[in-house]
Amino acid sequence: MSILVDQNTKVICQGFTGKQGTFHAQHALAYGTKLVGGVTPGRGGTEHLGLPVFDTVQQAYASTKADASVIYVPPFFAADAILEAVDAGIKLIVCITEGIPVLHMLRVKAAMAGSDALLIGPNCPGIISPEACKIGIMPGSIHLPGRIGIVSRSGTLTYEAVHQTTQQGLGQSTCVGIGGDPIHGMNFIDVISRLQADEHTQGIIMVGEIGGSEEEEAAEYIKNYVTKPVVAYITGLTAPAGKRMGHAGAIVTGGKGTAESKVSALKSAGVVVVNSPSIMGIAMQELIANG
Amino acid sequence: MNIHEFQAKQLFKDYLIPVPESLVVTTANAASAAAQTLAGDSWAIKAQVHAGGRGKVGGVKIAQTAEAASQFTAQMLGQRLVTKQTGAAGLPINSVLVEKTYPIKREFYLSLLVDRHEQKLCFIASEAGGMDIEAVAEQSPEKIISLFINPAAGLQPYQCRQIAFALSLQGEQIKALQSIMSGMLNLLVDKDASQIEINPLVEIADGSLFALDAKINFDDNALALHKDIMALRDIEQEDDKENKAKQFDLSYITLDGNIGCMVNGAGLAMATMDLVKLKGGAPANFLDVGGGTTTEKVTEAFKLIVSDKNVQAVLVNIFGGIVHCDVIAQGILGALKQIKTDLPVIVRLEGTHAEEGRALLEGAAPNIIAADNLDDAAEQAVSLAGAGI
Repeated sequence: MSILVDQNTKVICQGFTGKQGTFHAQHALAYGTKLVGGVTPGRGGTEHLGLPVFDTVQQAYASTKADASVIYVPPFFAADAILEAVDAGIKLIVCITEGIPVLHMLRVKAAMAGSDALLIGPNCPGIISPEACKIGIMPGSIHLPGRIGIVSRSGTLTYEAVHQTTQQGLGQSTCVGIGGDPIHGMNFIDVISRLQADEHTQGIIMVGEIGGSEEEEAAEYIKNYVTKPVVAYITGLTAPAGKRMGHAGAIVTGGKGTAESKVSALKSAGVVVVNSPSIMGIAMQELIANG
Repeated sequence: MNIHEFQAKQLFKDYLIPVPESLVVTTANAASAAAQTLAGDSWAIKAQVHAGGRGKVGGVKIAQTAEAASQFTAQMLGQRLVTKQTGAAGLPINSVLVEKTYPIKREFYLSLLVDRHEQKLCFIASEAGGMDIEAVAEQSPEKIISLFINPAAGLQPYQCRQIAFALSLQGEQIKALQSIMSGMLNLLVDKDASQIEINPLVEIADGSLFALDAKINFDDNALALHKDIMALRDIEQEDDKENKAKQFDLSYITLDGNIGCMVNGAGLAMATMDLVKLKGGAPANFLDVGGGTTTEKVTEAFKLIVSDKNVQAVLVNIFGGIVHCDVIAQGILGALKQIKTDLPVIVRLEGTHAEEGRALLEGAAPNIIAADNLDDAAEQAVSLAGAGI
């Protein structure tokens, strides 16, 4: 049914008692996510939303054996929170926080080298396997359990793809928002390779944007290893060079990272690249119908 | 965030990166006095704006006398400099750097930045300095050296030697380059810079090395950690509307079309611009109202959009997730009450509480047009803006 998370995934929340953490933890619980506790330093031993609060991730892990942690702490504390989760033995870390300094993320990535923990984000909506596990800030109601895997650098464009595949009756196996920051955890290939291997996923929608070269690398990977139909949408064709378009990572510098380059790489890999974000679902439906 | 060359050079000095002697001035009289204080035969008079490409458009002049220094300064101050990086409006010249000149033997390129692919800091060097490095990379990639910094080991002397020998530096120059590279790395790490560029790094007649130009960009996400860097900000070099947007936690970028866009989410905001273009129109802006949108933010966003005189139509594209569409709809109605505009406002609401949102907008004002879907919204915006209603 899914990759990375399913109905058995036990989740803790870092920044649990804060405004964001509380709000999204309530939504996750209502959705049916197995949230088993949270961490707020100094609040250990108390209860929040009927769940235990721990002082450290290490204590939370020892007590709950959580598989995943979702992070809602402010940007300057996020690197610390990610590494605390890695150190405690959490295998899947989902960092929602936006606005983390790039150098903090460089240190996090260097420190995570050699670890088998996976990081999703930061600056992302999170990950969801519909009606099984929702980790993040996406609206649960638009999802439908199904057969399309979605991977995206943008939150709202993920929702567009979800909405359209729901309307088409295709549904989603797992949706992963890999985030809009230049330095981040799992990339397109990390997610696409898992979707290719997942027997329940029948098609893949990827949503990319200007900046960096991960879409081009994904195109190369798809050309060589992906047999499932792939629909892609790349945004930022009209973005002026040298300007950051909202996401810290969405910037064309030195003529690199243009939408044109990504579109042409994906097309040459046999990916169906749509030119409007409103036809991702229809394009996937057609691809699947035509076998 | 960008800073001025004179500010970057002060930071260079703090990190023992050699720079030419110079003084920053804001009057013509001060320029001639500065030339005399600096002594020497001639001085570079450099307009201080947040953009490159100054030399080609008269933003850098060589004065042979103190009087000429004063004259050039007078010509520059108060003007707006238009370079290929500024856009047609240009940037105001409010200060000028008077800099001692040196007999230059060779010009190099040296920069330090974050490489996204390697996820490491990366030095880039080239023997082809003083030129557009992107053009060099395109035309003669063999002249570009890239060198990654291992985060555990830091910058190693052998790496500096690699660049030094590639640039045909000798003897003391190798140590000098090592000191410059260490300074750049320390500066970037200490102050959360995202890029430091020296173009050109020059070798003068006596063999010593100087940073003739200095450009530093800072990571906006880290600015709150560095009060000293924040103090260097010059808002006159920045776009008014973009700054106003920041005050309300909106992400806004001015573009040159006539369709104002208000969207939630950066990706969807970019996609909306692309779609407008695809339908034959031109977006006036990028605007992400963000995830936690309130009525107030929507109102401010609307004010910003219509303050752009080019705007002929407003396209609102919202995918309601955590944010409910009816809240957005109320925001739009509230904003229109305050702003009183006749511009057509094309609204596409989808997602959470979209029905309720559409019901609120239905018939609420003659210039509000509910679109069926995203394509329809973009098409209507393009046709209404084109008609110039």
